[in-house]
Amino acid sequence: MRLMPMIFLCLLGIVGILLFTTVVMAEEWAGADEKAEEAITKIDPNYEPWFSPIWEPPSGEIESLLFSLQAAIGALIIGYVLGYYKAKRS
Amino acid sequence: MPFEWCVIWYAFSLPIIAYGAWKVKKKIDEDPSSKTLIAVAGAFIFVLSALKIPSVTGSCSHPTGTGIAVVLFGPVVTAFLSAIVLLYQALLLAHGGITTLGANTASMGVIGPFFGWIAYKLVKNRTSLVTSTFIATVIADWVTYVVTSFQLAAAFPSGAGISGVIKSAIVFGEIFAVTQIPLAIIEGIVAALLIRYLVQAKPEIVGVGVSA
Repeated sequence: MRLMPMIFLCLLGIVGILLFTTVVMAEEWAGADEKAEEAITKIDPNYEPWFSPIWEPPSGEIESLLFSLQAAIGALIIGYVLGYYKAKRS
Repeated sequence: MPFEWCVIWYAFSLPIIAYGAWKVKKKIDEDPSSKTLIAVAGAFIFVLSALKIPSVTGSCSHPTGTGIAVVLFGPVVTAFLSAIVLLYQALLLAHGGITTLGANTASMGVIGPFFGWIAYKLVKNRTSLVTSTFIATVIADWVTYVVTSFQLAAAFPSGAGISGVIKSAIVFGEIFAVTQIPLAIIEGIVAALLIRYLVQAKPEIVGVGVSA
């Protein structure tokens, strides 16, 4: 099997699995980090974070913007270098 | 995270990060063409740790993306690359935060990748690069979250002594380690695909990187 179709199939499979789990198991999909915070409060009700972040994203939308920016920067670099290697060889 | 633990994890991580930075510099000095490959390994951590993926337990978490860096450059360089990513997340996203940066680097950058690297060393002569990358990535990712569970448990024990720590570790482990299993497998597949494509595009990387 050629490489490109195989990659697409694998990625498609991953997306499929994700969609399947979200539809079949419709729960709240909270982040594991928040769940851990809840667990901490349960273990030690007196605990308060003693240091607040210097700067917090003003809203969830902006937070997801910064996350996608992070992914985009990374993807750009990977794509660039892969193309660079490929072009150099041919 | 309590102050003492914050200091301990910083003390644990910083020397390794510094050593990693020095190693990266040495590598680039010796062989300038490895720069692009280091960039790819770092970029892979960037991409994957930005993705929050839903998992079967009904919670979301993110992969670590350290597998590629471990296979290509070993755990020390991975520690340095992870620290950069974690710093970005701590400063811009308040995700993790400055106080936990040391602990996060210890789990995601040092201990997880170290186990992934051992796994890679164990299997690399018995199987293909693609398969061993898959295994190394899955282990590095999963161990990261097991370590996180123990770090939290040590900082927040439910009760006195070691039994309190273990009790807490089980609580946190149920949140993190279980959620992480499917994610670790997905990450392994993606990392295996990338390494396969990298080798196809540039067969020399097997000589350049694999493995410090």
